[in-house]
Amino acid sequence: MIIKRNAADMAAALANGETTSVALTQAHLDRIAEVDKDVHAFLYVDTEGALAQAALADQKRAAGKKLSPLAGIPLALKDVMVQKGIPTTCGSKMLEGWRPPYDSTVVSKLRAADVVILGKTNMDEFAMGSSTENSAYGPTHNPWDLSRIPGGSGGGSSASLAAFEAPLAIGTDTGGSIRQPAAVTGTVGVKPTYGGVSRYGLVAFSSSLDQAGPCGRTVLDTALLHETIAGHDPKDSTSINATVPAIVIAAKNGNVKGLKIGVIKELQGEGYQAGVLNRFNESLELLAGLGAEIIEVSCSYFEYALAAYYLIAPSECSSNLARFDAMRYGIRVGDKSGVSAEEVMNLTREVGFGREVKRRIILGTYALSSGYYDAYYGSAQKVRTLIKQDFDNAFTKTDVLVSPTAPTTAFKIGEKADDPIAMYLNDIATIPVNMAGICGMSLPSGLADEDNLPAGFQIMAPAMKDDRLYNVGAALESALLSKWGAPILSHVSGLGARA
Amino acid sequence: MSLKYEDVIAKYEPVLGLEVHVELGTASKMFCGCNTIFGAEPNTQTCPVCLGLPGALPVVNEKAIEYTIMIGLALNCSIAPFSRFARKNYFYPDMPKNFQTSQYDEPICVNGFLDVEIDSNEGIKKFRVEVERVHMEEDTGKSLHVGGATGRIHGADYSLLDYNRAGIPLVEIVTKIVPGTGKYAPEVARAYVAELRDILRSLNVSDVKMEQGSLRCDANVSLRLIGSDVLGTRSETKNVNSLRSVERAVRGEMIRHAELLNKGERVVQETRHFQEDTGLTRSGRSKEQAEDYRYFPEPDLVPIVPDATWIETMRAALPEKPSIHRKRLQEAWAVPDKEMASMINADVLEIVEATVILGADPTKARGWWLGEIARIANEKEVAATDLPITPKDVAEIVALVATGDLTDKLARQVIEAVIAGEGRPSEVIEKRGIKVVSDDGALMAAIKKAISTQPDVAEKVRGGNVPAAGALIGAVMKETKGQADAAKVRELLLKHLGQ
Repeated sequence: MIIKRNAADMAAALANGETTSVALTQAHLDRIAEVDKDVHAFLYVDTEGALAQAALADQKRAAGKKLSPLAGIPLALKDVMVQKGIPTTCGSKMLEGWRPPYDSTVVSKLRAADVVILGKTNMDEFAMGSSTENSAYGPTHNPWDLSRIPGGSGGGSSASLAAFEAPLAIGTDTGGSIRQPAAVTGTVGVKPTYGGVSRYGLVAFSSSLDQAGPCGRTVLDTALLHETIAGHDPKDSTSINATVPAIVIAAKNGNVKGLKIGVIKELQGEGYQAGVLNRFNESLELLAGLGAEIIEVSCSYFEYALAAYYLIAPSECSSNLARFDAMRYGIRVGDKSGVSAEEVMNLTREVGFGREVKRRIILGTYALSSGYYDAYYGSAQKVRTLIKQDFDNAFTKTDVLVSPTAPTTAFKIGEKADDPIAMYLNDIATIPVNMAGICGMSLPSGLADEDNLPAGFQIMAPAMKDDRLYNVGAALESALLSKWGAPILSHVSGLGARA
Repeated sequence: MSLKYEDVIAKYEPVLGLEVHVELGTASKMFCGCNTIFGAEPNTQTCPVCLGLPGALPVVNEKAIEYTIMIGLALNCSIAPFSRFARKNYFYPDMPKNFQTSQYDEPICVNGFLDVEIDSNEGIKKFRVEVERVHMEEDTGKSLHVGGATGRIHGADYSLLDYNRAGIPLVEIVTKIVPGTGKYAPEVARAYVAELRDILRSLNVSDVKMEQGSLRCDANVSLRLIGSDVLGTRSETKNVNSLRSVERAVRGEMIRHAELLNKGERVVQETRHFQEDTGLTRSGRSKEQAEDYRYFPEPDLVPIVPDATWIETMRAALPEKPSIHRKRLQEAWAVPDKEMASMINADVLEIVEATVILGADPTKARGWWLGEIARIANEKEVAATDLPITPKDVAEIVALVATGDLTDKLARQVIEAVIAGEGRPSEVIEKRGIKVVSDDGALMAAIKKAISTQPDVAEKVRGGNVPAAGALIGAVMKETKGQADAAKVRELLLKHLGQ
């Protein structure tokens, strides 16, 4: 069944005429129709648009035009990324019915590469959460076990990959929203270097931390997508004006011989599920067996990363989300004669925002208030600098750093819904990467002993050394595949008709 | 009823501070490529960025930075080697993002000064106004409150929003407290704004039209008892749309404060709105409770680090300072101090200069702009420079008087007609058939006619009562429809009557 192949294989099938983009796209649309009522990965499926894009890709191919490596391949887009004319809700009631009048740069690049956008995927409201339970449109279910969360905030994107509804997806990662969902769904996700992929058209949660990135089922697929969306964008002042590292070449290389891999002492032990740590340690052994040198490093300020993150991200979010005021787009509540603009704003924000979003707006507003700024936002920025220094020091001794991606496997829907701190701890290992603006990847390390659910292995590399993630990731992926004999997602069962 | 100004200054020392906002004359907005044309159809100069649509990102207009640095240099400021934008957070419907991108604790220019002169009874007095900072920010949109009696948001039926102005680059120039102005505070305020405006005009960075709001002045005034060092509570007067209003607003506020203080009442810290018709201010927004704008560094923009060579290039290219330019003109035209001050005061120096450049004699050009044209402007309650008469028109009229083709009296008629829209001077002269009657024969005929209708008067003149000739001259002028040169008529008449 073609939908179970990797994107690179699908591309080959398109190139050699085995299938067409229209057929491939239709197969995915059928799959979505079949399983998404259970998974709920998608908030919007653009059937017509997707088939039209697919037909265009087929036409270009038939006309002998030079095509990008991913031309004609379907993709799922996280609903935080604007696409002209297509509803964009960010998982929030606030933006219900809004159709953006412009394309994000990522979407423009996907279009230019003739990638077929199937639709928009579910997410925690405004990318705030680690389970996709904070979506105003209901949770997404983990294809591994429908009673469990698919991670968050990009749970829709990761679930769509694990459920074979799409071979590729776009995510965004502010504190782990690409990597943690990848970890708990047995897929691959990369948070590129901050500034590596344009943020233009990415609805901001925390501007200094947000980064769009690629999600796939293999390291190579992810690399192909990464290279498609990366590069300098004059519309994003924080975008890096430098050559994109040779990501795809690295993903095809996968050679760790002589590489120094640092294990971060602080990102294991207490709070980490034993089965997750077992898979992590096995992966290290495999890498050592391939000739890598494993070194333990200490990053002592990581201890403060979560606390600092929960000051910086809410502070920026309190300002970024101020624009949702019912004046220009989205829903408007209470607009009738005698009700002032201010009251309409209040009523709309009361109804439009969910609990977690309100919690963070209030937290951030407080942290930025005069008299508290230095103690909260100011201190958090200092911690950020110290975390950067921790990374810098560690990278003087190593080429990449590694850790488990998330401390546990997928938990049950509802299990942590009333305990924000427990929820926030999901991102303890992913947040430092965002704080430092460097890059990180999560790839599956196997199934945890306790629950037979996927565990994630995180690789971190210095800024603009994203190629190292793919080199190490490809080596580990290949070693694990030899060990398992079949891709990890072949264990996903019980979803739709048996393929 | 109201307190006399002399009584105010006998008891109190005014404490003056000025904030001037200047709309830069860049072709595009501060953070996007939209046009900045004044008076365009509402909401036709907008895009996702200046509408603050979700996902849109700002990119700094380099021209705006260049202009701001030029202003800083012209005001003798230090240019910061590193400065940043900051977000000023507050809610208002005409502010698309509900934060204004501005600068806070790291402005681009600091610590400058501007020397100004005022023309007082005690002669020319000089004051140094110290400039605390010059910083960049974006303008907001405009609200139009429809219905309700006041045009204010309260009581309005509905409000219309125009975002054309949103994102237009603004420069804010803030003075330190101006010490030692004493009774001259109103004149110093005016002279400062006038001098600043001339500098901005000479830099060609703004069209500095106060009436269109491209230069806006907020006057901060407080009073303290003479001899005391306890500062009073200040008020901040906005909506001051002309140089004359700056002076009136400061004087008016000084009187208002003094009246309150004399009655033992307190001055409320608030914004006041200047009202052009009454010269009084009305209460605006209270500033008793310091508004918390929760400033923090704008994460969507990178710091501004201007190249030192670039700054020096700009410094070297600065135009002649208006004060120096004025001295040069004064010498070249041989104008007495008082006359020079009148021209500056009437704000006609530039237009006189333009007239002189077109060939007019400086004294004559000055005479017309300060005389007849100023009189008409005064009548119409507009600035002389806003009347529909150009330097070219005046230069033409001066030339015609010089050649004897017009008398002063006829020239006044022509000026009136030009201002009334009857056309250019040559057209007016032709249409109205204006010409100087200098033909002695024609004049003598009119003189003889006058004598024959008023023989008694003629007899008196013959008898040595020369002043009585006025009635006869008047009759001749009437007969010749004012086209005769009165001096010539007088000469011929007296000669004819043997005087």
